[in-house]
Amino acid sequence: MTFINYAAREINCKIVYYGPGLCGKTTNLQYIYDRTNPAAKGKLISLATETDRTLFFDFLPLDLGTVKGFKTRFHLYTVPGQVFYDASRKLILKGVDGVVFVADSQEARMEANAESIRNLDKNLKDQGYDISVIPYVLQFNKRDLPTAVPSDEMYRQLNIKGEPTFEATAPTGVGVFDTLKAVARQVLMELKKK
Amino acid sequence: MSTPDLVLYDEEFQKIKDALGRLRQDSNANVVFLVDKNGQQIAAMGDMTNLDTTSLASLTAGNVAATDGLARLIGEKEFSILFHEGEKDNIHISIVAQRVILVVIFDERSSLGLVRLRVRRATSELDRIFEEITEKAAREKSNLSVEFESPFSEITDDDIDRLFSE
Ligand SMILES: Nc1nc2c(ncn2[C@@H]2O[C@H](COP(=O)(O)OP(=O)(O)O)[C@@H](O)[C@H]2O)c(=O)[nH]1
Ligand SMILES: [Mg+2]
Repeated sequence: MTFINYAAREINCKIVYYGPGLCGKTTNLQYIYDRTNPAAKGKLISLATETDRTLFFDFLPLDLGTVKGFKTRFHLYTVPGQVFYDASRKLILKGVDGVVFVADSQEARMEANAESIRNLDKNLKDQGYDISVIPYVLQFNKRDLPTAVPSDEMYRQLNIKGEPTFEATAPTGVGVFDTLKAVARQVLMELKKK
Repeated sequence: MSTPDLVLYDEEFQKIKDALGRLRQDSNANVVFLVDKNGQQIAAMGDMTNLDTTSLASLTAGNVAATDGLARLIGEKEFSILFHEGEKDNIHISIVAQRVILVVIFDERSSLGLVRLRVRRATSELDRIFEEITEKAAREKSNLSVEFESPFSEITDDDIDRLFSE
């Protein structure tokens, strides 16, 4: 649900980073946070367990600048990846404007990726959204690992609608902003249709 | 989409701020603000220095969402009021117009009883304002393009590239 405030001349959009546990969602946000100038970002909030696993969500508010005289404010959220946090994942998808699916490139995680996309599809549906319509970007993360599955093979297995796809190594930032930009572009282009 | 977009114009925004301002004064609260259920701040009144309102908004929405989830688990529709008591400051959270969260932060200069009383009055006022907002949005949709031209109908790729070049 995009929130357009004509009085304050602001657009607020919600982007959710989805994916299996440990695929690099929090690392994406951390990198964006580290590389954004202080005036344009709020606090990075992590509701995490003591062992640093995301418990409820990470949250990063980002001011990107203006479009047509409106300040664009993106709220980035990550979901907890572990299977047993499904209830929290559902809550975080409420009011989502765009989704980034972060896939883990390691061979051993391919089934977890596929399972997580099925879970996303179902949870979106439960909230009244359609994955084939909502702004959606696919990221292949951990490209630096020797066990990484070739990108074209990942694309074959995970792509659902010819969505924009990016290779990434989140800790060093490779592909991180390209991914964000691609989803932001789709979300803002949606506003044209309204 | 499941929830319609929230579109806020000057007139209603001003009314909301007036209502929040009155509530703050009448309840002796430090801060009063409104957040939508997705964590986006709508308006705030009071002393916001040293207060990270964006984080506050997101966490409040997360809190309400989790509590709603808990309510449904035990067969309740919702818990209509949340109250967190601190050593100095307290937070009172309630829902208005079914879709917006009203947050009141107060200290010993006020009391839970007073806040409750004043929140009740402000709630019916805010309910009315949000009804107007919904009606206005519906009207705008039906006489689409007649008067209302969205400023975003002209967004180009260049506009978006520029966002990321700074
Ligand atoms: N080698 C490598 N490690 C990564 C990459 N992205 C994330 N990690 C590591 O994977 C682990 C889990 O990352 P995290 O962002 O917490 O995953 P989340 O569960 O999706 O939030 C951390 O130790 C990260 O440092 C990557 O591209 N390459
Ligand atoms: Mg995480």
